[in-house]
Amino acid sequence: MTAILEIHDLHVSYRSSGSELSPALKGVSFRLMPGEIMGVLGESGSGKSTLAGSLVRLLPGNALVTGGTVQFEGKDLLQANPDELQAIRGRHISLIFQEPSLALHPTIRVGEQVRQVLAAHGSRGKRTLNERTRQIFAEIFPEETDRISRSYPHQLSGGQRQRVLIAQAIACGPSVVVADEPTASLDPTTQMEILGVFRRLRERLGLAMIFITHNPALLSDFADHVLVLYAGEVAECGPAESVLGLPRHPYTKALFQSIPAVSGKPGTGRKAKLPVILGDSSRSSLPIRGCCFEPRCTERMEICKEREPSPANLSVSHTVSCFKYES
Amino acid sequence: MKVEATATGKNVHPLLKVENLVKRYTKRSLAGTPEELLALDSVSFTISPGTTLAVVGESGSGKSTLANCLACLESPTSGNIWFEGKDIVKLEERACRQVRRQIQLIFQDPASSLNPRWSAFEVLVEPLILQRKFNREEIKKRVNYWLGRVGLSQDIVGRSPMELSGGQRQRLAIARALTLEPKLLILDEALSALDCSVQAQIANLLMELQGSLGMTYLFITHDLAMAAHFADEIAVMDRGRIVEQGPPNKIFIQPEQETTRRLLAAVPRIGRGDQSALER
Repeated sequence: MTAILEIHDLHVSYRSSGSELSPALKGVSFRLMPGEIMGVLGESGSGKSTLAGSLVRLLPGNALVTGGTVQFEGKDLLQANPDELQAIRGRHISLIFQEPSLALHPTIRVGEQVRQVLAAHGSRGKRTLNERTRQIFAEIFPEETDRISRSYPHQLSGGQRQRVLIAQAIACGPSVVVADEPTASLDPTTQMEILGVFRRLRERLGLAMIFITHNPALLSDFADHVLVLYAGEVAECGPAESVLGLPRHPYTKALFQSIPAVSGKPGTGRKAKLPVILGDSSRSSLPIRGCCFEPRCTERMEICKEREPSPANLSVSHTVSCFKYES
Repeated sequence: MKVEATATGKNVHPLLKVENLVKRYTKRSLAGTPEELLALDSVSFTISPGTTLAVVGESGSGKSTLANCLACLESPTSGNIWFEGKDIVKLEERACRQVRRQIQLIFQDPASSLNPRWSAFEVLVEPLILQRKFNREEIKKRVNYWLGRVGLSQDIVGRSPMELSGGQRQRLAIARALTLEPKLLILDEALSALDCSVQAQIANLLMELQGSLGMTYLFITHDLAMAAHFADEIAVMDRGRIVEQGPPNKIFIQPEQETTRRLLAAVPRIGRGDQSALER
């Protein structure tokens, strides 16, 4: 099977004051298969939102793609002209943002907002538009379809608003949806509900998805593959069961250990000190050369200070960028 | 006030005792017909000194209204809040100010609760200046002491909160709350906006401060796993009521209420095949 989206050696930098460039993505590569959910896991500053933006070329003005390719159906999106991009965005690749209350227009009924997306992508005829809008709403809101499509954003709950954004994203039947922290502002029960919506859509429409989050727990039982970003580099990438179940990279391991476990056993580790990753990943504390996680790593070796590790294959699809696994 | 048996089993005076607290909001629609919303529906609980009570619940269950009432930011419709044996609901403004010093709040997102145009130093000294009890020397001494205590270095004092990382910012918010040496700290989703690895750092800091200073926490959260790790007792809220309360083990092993079970089912777990929570 061929990949629907192939990112190869993507480098993105931001131009800060003066002519100084600060890198946000440093050689990110991965492939997305049709119908696959790729979970991108990263903490603040890891470059995960930059990744989302560069896939559809929606980056802030001071961002600069300094290298790499983003292949979508045989076309390099980074070389595409604005017209070509406009035709791809929303129609073939759509983006879901983090904050549903900011992404929706406050004084337009949500049904109309979904209809506008369809109209902008060339659906013609009032009847077709209305019919299609209704279908999409029925898909996302099996109950109360009409009431919700007639509502204004402020009349809906956070979860319902997020579903409206999903409706907009799938309106034109895209093959890839990029979701940037779509559940971050929701409470856990609603989060689960939204993940359920995504799962159902994947099954029914065969959507491929890039799901960006800082919460590893959301990815289990949801993502097929997990990509762990650290300081703009891929630390680990592989099938969800192996990355989440048996993480190999020291960063992934340490990250998962710092989350308190939900234990059914009485009295296990309550109020005990949680294992933490010392230091932080701010730009000023990154090393000038060597592995970018080296200063915080508990398993560091001499070589880590000298050069950067390259991805080592643990299996056909599981790679880890760490010298421990280089042969 | 009578002595009560508490979660820790010792007989001590509770630091905070809330009795039948009710908060009713009246919403007036454009047509002018008042609509009533019961945000807190006779909530009662106690917290003993040096312990942590976690309040968990979905959005809209009344958790933040509770925090605001306890911090004297909102006045409840009825009910009593006993803090160290004094009913703070009935206090007038001047006396209330004294109590507020003892009860400090830490909010979810330090990026929006700290003034971005101030330096970290200004953020820290403001509460001390407002109290009008300390001279320059003392203020400086306190600021330096608390900076070190929360693990921030002295050289950040000149920076704006926006120049700090998420973890540093929340440490700054904690230092600011602690400069007045409060007895009760209300943590309103204080960890939720932070990255997982930073959450662990801040949780450790809070537990360490509790151990060494005997701090008392009211920990408001929707993260049941963190609540279980952190708290001595968990209260589950649903539509303004506390529907279930008990030690974490009991809540986790024998949840009695549907709300609790629903919250438990929504706790995401890493690397385990728990499908049931997702299928809906």
